[in-house]
Amino acid sequence: MQQINDFAGRLGGVYLLPVVVAALAFVMIGAPSSWVTLTVAGLAMGMMIFLMASGLSLVFGLMDVLNFGHSAFVSFGAFIAASVLAWLSGWLEADAVSLNIAALFLAFGAAILFGLVAGWFFETVIVKPVYKDHLRQILITMGALIVAEQMILAIWGGTPVSVPRPEFLEGSLLIGDITIEIYRIFAFLLGLGVYAALYLTLNRTRIGLLIRAGVENREMVEALGFRVDRLFVAVFMLGSALAALGGAMWAGYETLITPALGAEMMIVVFIVVIIGGLGSIQGTLLGAIMVGLMANYIGYLAPKLALASNMILMVAILLWRPNGLKPAVK
Amino acid sequence: MNALSQTTSGTKAVKAAVLLIFALLLFAPFLFQDVRALEVAARVCVFIVLVASYDLLIGYTGIVSFAHTMFFGFGAYGAAISLKQMGPGWDAVVVGALAGMGVSLIVAVAIGLLSLRVKAIFFAMITLATASVALVLASQLSDFTGGEDGITYRAPALFKTATKLMLDENGKVLRVFGVKINGKLAAYYFVFFSCLALFVVMLRMVGSPLGTVLKAIRENEARAEAIGYRVVSYRTFVFCIAALVASLAGTIYAIWLKYTGPDTALSFAIMIDILLMVVIGGMGTMWGAVIGATMLVLAQYYLRDLMGAAAKATVDIPILPHVLDPDRWLFWLGIIFILLVYFFPKGIAGTVMAKGAPR
Repeated sequence: MQQINDFAGRLGGVYLLPVVVAALAFVMIGAPSSWVTLTVAGLAMGMMIFLMASGLSLVFGLMDVLNFGHSAFVSFGAFIAASVLAWLSGWLEADAVSLNIAALFLAFGAAILFGLVAGWFFETVIVKPVYKDHLRQILITMGALIVAEQMILAIWGGTPVSVPRPEFLEGSLLIGDITIEIYRIFAFLLGLGVYAALYLTLNRTRIGLLIRAGVENREMVEALGFRVDRLFVAVFMLGSALAALGGAMWAGYETLITPALGAEMMIVVFIVVIIGGLGSIQGTLLGAIMVGLMANYIGYLAPKLALASNMILMVAILLWRPNGLKPAVK
Repeated sequence: MNALSQTTSGTKAVKAAVLLIFALLLFAPFLFQDVRALEVAARVCVFIVLVASYDLLIGYTGIVSFAHTMFFGFGAYGAAISLKQMGPGWDAVVVGALAGMGVSLIVAVAIGLLSLRVKAIFFAMITLATASVALVLASQLSDFTGGEDGITYRAPALFKTATKLMLDENGKVLRVFGVKINGKLAAYYFVFFSCLALFVVMLRMVGSPLGTVLKAIRENEARAEAIGYRVVSYRTFVFCIAALVASLAGTIYAIWLKYTGPDTALSFAIMIDILLMVVIGGMGTMWGAVIGATMLVLAQYYLRDLMGAAAKATVDIPILPHVLDPDRWLFWLGIIFILLVYFFPKGIAGTVMAKGAPR
């Protein structure tokens, strides 16, 4: 047993988990073409969830603040992107790819901008007075979530909003008998890009060093004369912006969004953060990809179980590792 | 916390308010003779118990759970399913209540053992996830739970409106102060007295040494552990007790409503209501639960009407009708909630009770 553990550890430890799951699913599904489709779908979904969850995990790791209102950024991002896309529908239908891309980036840019501003507001007005008091933190951010959801209802109404997609992301790619939606590839690549950027920032820059040091031991970093609270505002804003971007991506993926989106995603995001271990980007990515893959595989293999699949995954992982797969050192 | 054990002028005021609420609820069928008012009174009774049991967790032990409606729902669905399958009878009620309690107990123990060792925040997230799965399951297993439509069924014969409990000399339903002594009245008093019993049990519990231990855990977990109390066991225990009480409250409400669906028993909106009630009323005092539940249920039923009327009256003024729209009411409640948590974290009961206390 020890030898197996060591061997798995050398190969990559818990990072092997998605590969194992994918291999198992390959055997169980049987048909390679549907397996590829499902895997790509799972990876794309995982990447979008990663965008939403990464901010939450970082904020918790750095400041011991859990923001129950995090999903408000996701739904606001989705709705803002939808509105911008609808407003620029002329550009979307245009033949020129450049206009398509411009519209898409304007929509994402609007969502990110909103995330930054709202994140700043949220941090300074709502969360700052209740640092270090978990009970009131949960209550206040929950209250903020209620208010934010009501605002979405007031602005966009309760009916589903359809989201136009840019022309060049419509349709799917055919390789042999495998069909892959282009939007999924796009979502996966964008997520991967964000992950790479985050990873490099955290591991290769001075700011990243400070953030990691702050996660590990906040008092010590403050004692060395760094303003961790300012750093925290920045991380909070970044996390909110990422959540808004994730929401915007999700809106394009679903193409029909309702105000309930935030509440639905909140559960998934929490499960991802719990599975991955609070405070680490790698863990969050791992958790997000696991959730994405499991949701797609189980949805195909046993649709009845699909709803509980996340829950089963969470319980199984918590029984195995009570602090999540890859918690930040704490 | 000293304010709790001392009789201050504030404590007297809070107790007087609770006594007034008690009296109003006791005589509700005679004081407010319309169907809607009785509906409100029964809802107040059930929610007082539900909120008080939640207060055991959040106020007395410092555990934040978002799965409380799930246990409420287990009780309600237990009674609903057994009343539907076995027909209206007391055996069905007992079976349903026991089944609901059994499921609640198993789930509560599982959640507690799995996650009460970890941080409060972890626990909150896990209960939220569990509750959402329960909600989805209830709407998906439609053969069993009626799905989104819920289940309609009949209550035991004693509680039918047509049942005549007392007859006057003409063989008609006896009227006392103009109130028909019929099954509806019996149903209300069933709700009232069962809720009263549950509330008294909880009141006794927080007054006992157990309640003191719970408060000690809330105030300083490490110290409580050091003195020799098993914190995890106590937390799991109180979580189970709260779950059982919530489940019973669900059963009572299901019998009263004769309908159980996701909206009345399981939805996240109820969880938010409970949170609002416990924070507005005041955490860590059973009296706060009474005040919070009463105020919020009254507001839900009557303030919305008032807001609608106000919106109509101000239709000519620009923005105002939009602001007063009854649909916006949760928005304002959310803002009030945030302000309360900032400025009056003890809620109404806690703040009033602190009045007149020596500092």
